[in-house]
Amino acid sequence: MFVIKLVLKNALRHKLRTFLTILGIAIAVMSFGFLRTIVTAWSAGVESSAANRMIVRHSVSFIFPLPYAYKEQIARIPGVDMVSYANWFGGVYKDPADFKNFFPRIAVDPETYFDMYPEFVIPPDQLAAFKAEQGSCIVGEKIAKELGFKIGDPMPIDGDIYPGRWDFVIRGIYRGKDATADETQMLFHWNYLNERVKELQPGREGNVGWYVLKVHNPAEMPLIAKTVDQFYLNSRAGTKTETEREFQQSFVSMSSAIIRSLEIVSYIIIGIILLVLANTIVMAARERTTEYAVLKTIGFSSRHIIGLIGGESLLIAGIGGVIGLLLTFPIAAGFAGMFPTFFPVFNVETITIILAAVVATFAGVVAALFPTIRALRTSIAEGLRAIG
Amino acid sequence: MIEVHNISKSYRRDSLEIPVLSNITLDVPEGEFLALMGPSGSGKTTLLNLIAGIDRPNTGSITVNGTDIATLNESNLATWRSHNVGFIFQFYNLLPVLTAFENVELPLLLTNLSKKERREHVEAALKLVGLGDRMKHYPKQLSGGQEQRVAIARAIVTDPTVLVADEPTGDLDRVSAGEIMVLMDRLNKEFKKTIVMVTHDPRAAEKAHKVMHLDKGELN
Ligand SMILES: Nc1ncnc2c1ncn2[C@@H]1O[C@H](COP(=O)(O)OP(=O)(O)OP(=O)(O)O)[C@@H](O)[C@H]1O
Ligand SMILES: [Mg+2]
Repeated sequence: MFVIKLVLKNALRHKLRTFLTILGIAIAVMSFGFLRTIVTAWSAGVESSAANRMIVRHSVSFIFPLPYAYKEQIARIPGVDMVSYANWFGGVYKDPADFKNFFPRIAVDPETYFDMYPEFVIPPDQLAAFKAEQGSCIVGEKIAKELGFKIGDPMPIDGDIYPGRWDFVIRGIYRGKDATADETQMLFHWNYLNERVKELQPGREGNVGWYVLKVHNPAEMPLIAKTVDQFYLNSRAGTKTETEREFQQSFVSMSSAIIRSLEIVSYIIIGIILLVLANTIVMAARERTTEYAVLKTIGFSSRHIIGLIGGESLLIAGIGGVIGLLLTFPIAAGFAGMFPTFFPVFNVETITIILAAVVATFAGVVAALFPTIRALRTSIAEGLRAIG
Repeated sequence: MIEVHNISKSYRRDSLEIPVLSNITLDVPEGEFLALMGPSGSGKTTLLNLIAGIDRPNTGSITVNGTDIATLNESNLATWRSHNVGFIFQFYNLLPVLTAFENVELPLLLTNLSKKERREHVEAALKLVGLGDRMKHYPKQLSGGQEQRVAIARAIVTDPTVLVADEPTGDLDRVSAGEIMVLMDRLNKEFKKTIVMVTHDPRAAEKAHKVMHLDKGELN
């Protein structure tokens, strides 16, 4: 009780110093939470992958296409329940400098795509309208909201991988079943793409970017992967078959150097939190050397000294940590607002909150460690001699 | 009451052994008011700390009230101090963030007294030193003499039998120093405290029953 009271009074002794320390910790914890949120948002694609889906792509690289003819062959492989396919389209929508306009555009098989991805929910009438019209497309609810799309709106795209002007009409808007589903895609008919390619670049038609397989039993995935890849081993286009999770991971790891560096910076921030706090606590404890000696003289024990120093450290770390965490939410929301379609999912996860709280607590304990040991080791006689 | 028997104390600085006290023997009977004088660096503070149980001798024994304090472990020694000794320092050593009342209350927080009992004790001690009207003041709002009187109230609030004072008037003007000495005298005569006081001030030493001089590790 007395210790708590004295901790509070001590913390308010140098109000400016305490305030600046809390501010420093708050900013650092906020940066930590924010960076961790980016890291987790980046990996969200991996988390949202389904356990029963596999991806077949070109054995050399994702950017090389596979023949459409593989579809029927793959569908006959035992254990494969369904085959769908897709093709990255790219293109430019309006001003490419505006991050809002940066969303994936993919040519898909309208018949199977939404059966393959039950996490994308679309009203049946919209799906039917989409299937019936080759120049139509479907967009995710997030970009629809962001860019104000309504059903029936035109969506003109300037092609880059596939040159020319492409005109689509929005016939449906899908939403994610849960927060991890990507609501930022624009999906249209693969046939539409293929026919234009045939017309404009004869010889390039009849290709898909990748196949998606739904397998009956996830335990058979390694076997299926082996079967497919063996089958096309000596073909014109070899394949690499992997689980959707592995595929997403390899996708994510393309930018993994950036993510790694963000992660490293987030660890450096832990060090900064520690230094900011330790600096204050070491200084405060040093100033109070005589007071600790007086308290010990009167009969107060090591426990009280530990409580005083540790308490102040944890108090400052705690307040800074809470403020920092509370700031993380608006900062993350603001960032997500600036790049609405860049990260399909951008939430401050519970694990991030827990991690930031652990970091702040850890800093509070470690920062108090050295000055506490010093205060305990200092004999009363020495402490009384110190000019405080 | 206080029996210091053949103690030696030296400090080690790096490899150098600096002897401060050698073979000091001293007897302080109950109710004594002893003044310790001597040049700076002669070991007065060191001796006082040993008697008060906040430092340990290298050799020899110190018995206070029948307890050989050199044999007590750290936490027992702390408990012993809180029951038996009151401390008065040259620079008062009050906690600046606590009021006069709270500073005096400090030693009582380690006892089983109720809040009400603590209040009674603190008020009595502060009234005794003439600061009944300054209880809510912080050290900064008090004069040096008043601060030292708060420190004295803190030293006596647990009613210890021994008071040790290290240059209690060393930082005070003549008038305040005189007031402090009157108070010390009263504590000795009226409240029967055994007092060991280090001082450089001959006027302060006059109040003592006995004056001893410490020089070059020897006591006369
Ligand atoms: N912790 C320590 N380490 C090393 N030497 C010490 C230590 N404490 C005291 N000394 C030395 O012991 C000697 C006696 O010190 P002490 O403080 O007891 O003297 P004093 O008589 O109280 O002096 P003053 O009148 O200046 O207060 C001094 O030479 C001092 O330098
Ligand atoms: Mg001294």
